[in-house]
Amino acid sequence: MAETRNMIVNMGPQHPATHGVLRVVLELDGEIVVKATPHLGHLHRGLEKLAEVKTYHQALTLTDRMDYTGALINNLGYTLAVEKLLGIEDQIPARATVLRVMLAELQRLAGHLLWLATHALDLGAMTVLFYAFRERETIHDLLEDVTGARLTPSFIRVGGLPQDAPPSFFEKTRAFLKDFPRRIDQYEGLLTKNKIWRQRTQGVGILSQEDCVSFALTGPVLRAIGVKWDVRKAQPYCGYETYDFEIPTGTVGDVYERYLVRLAEMRQSLRIIEQALARLPEGPVMLDDPRFTPPPRQAVGEHIEALIRQFKLMSAGFKVPEGDVYLSVEATKGELGYYLVSDGSEKPLRFRVRPPCFVNLQSLEKMIVGRLVADVVAVIGSLDIVLGEIDR
Amino acid sequence: MSECQNLVDRLTARFGDAILGAGEFRGQWSVRIAPGSVVEIARFCRDELGFEMLADLTAVDFTPRSPRFQVVYNLYSFAHNLRLRLKADLEEGESVGTVEGVWLAANWLEREVYDLFGIVFDDHSDLRRILLWDGYVGHPLRKDFPLHGVPQKVQYR
Repeated sequence: MAETRNMIVNMGPQHPATHGVLRVVLELDGEIVVKATPHLGHLHRGLEKLAEVKTYHQALTLTDRMDYTGALINNLGYTLAVEKLLGIEDQIPARATVLRVMLAELQRLAGHLLWLATHALDLGAMTVLFYAFRERETIHDLLEDVTGARLTPSFIRVGGLPQDAPPSFFEKTRAFLKDFPRRIDQYEGLLTKNKIWRQRTQGVGILSQEDCVSFALTGPVLRAIGVKWDVRKAQPYCGYETYDFEIPTGTVGDVYERYLVRLAEMRQSLRIIEQALARLPEGPVMLDDPRFTPPPRQAVGEHIEALIRQFKLMSAGFKVPEGDVYLSVEATKGELGYYLVSDGSEKPLRFRVRPPCFVNLQSLEKMIVGRLVADVVAVIGSLDIVLGEIDR
Repeated sequence: MSECQNLVDRLTARFGDAILGAGEFRGQWSVRIAPGSVVEIARFCRDELGFEMLADLTAVDFTPRSPRFQVVYNLYSFAHNLRLRLKADLEEGESVGTVEGVWLAANWLEREVYDLFGIVFDDHSDLRRILLWDGYVGHPLRKDFPLHGVPQKVQYR
């Protein structure tokens, strides 16, 4: 009988299912995965190093470029961490906080839609892509109305928001909220009871609850196995404890349940946005503290003091007390943490991001060993990775 | 007395000399520990204090301070809903034990610290660079590494 050998296959870096440039070296016995070694770093830009030579204001722009499908949530986490370091987290204007929540939840919807579209596409359901991108486009139009940018807004700043949202934004958001539940039903109609979809996803990529915690998995992947844990509930920020929403969970934790959990999360995000719209208070959106925040744009052209304040803040930045802070928010992918170390100067001594995708991806090998090659695609998709964040 | 302080006190009572100090900043607790006892302390934190999750592991380069490096473990406990930071100071060239055996998540996180800071984790099962390629010269997150990088020899095949 002829001798058989395992085959080594490179999946990626340019493979549509690797969501960016991820290379996974697969050792295959026929169609069964024996070993999988991910190779990261194709998108490494050294963001953590770059942040060390930037002021706290400037470093904000780097956070957009990590998980570019969740830029506003990245902004939010970073800003909250800096505000905590400064000790001004209680002074943020109420209107700014509520708007932040709205923007973050809209961004979460956009992120989940992108995930849904590409995950379904990976598994051969192409129609979902067109449906999901249609609504994602609406959300990006909404975000563009407020921030002026679609993907890299850098909009949530230390002290609040640089400007208020235009009245048209609220109208359009109301219309969107009315329309969107129907759209989620459509996606569910395409996939939830779809026999092919179920066969590709059910029973795939299961880890024990113990392993999930030990791997520090967070976000929908952890919730799908039945751990009811969400940073917004466990350690609330931006007043999330005052909103009425649920944490959807699963029981088995397979690819299919991760899909169900994310869809249910979209419905919860809608509830949060609705409540935020209802309670939105009037008032300023930016803290007026000459030490940290720029003056109103109008004043810069009229008063020399305002001009000096603007110039000083933008060129030299502000000093941050010595110390370190770890602050995390619930990003679309899981717990996004910022660990900032300050030496008392205007620039961070250490700017560390705890990337949920990086940590989640680590469990990939354990999920796919002993399974078919086709499952690799399903599992990578269900982890919802963005390589911009993994490689930073 | 806060719940976290309670846990820190238990840690101090158990390890004594290996705990070099503890403090609170902005409501977050950090404990400075001796690098030699990292693995034991980590295991105690997981098994006895309930810190089931290693949320993050990273390092800081405090040049020109001596000891230069600090490895930071960010722990989270589901049971207590608390976070705790362990910090181990290291001299240049000093290594620290791996906590891979305590939390699976440490594998890649330690590889990243090794890659970007050049800190060696003893007994790590797979200590290779993770973001940069094998053969890369230097460790970018060290303070003495230039921002624009150093010329690298790249072999194209």
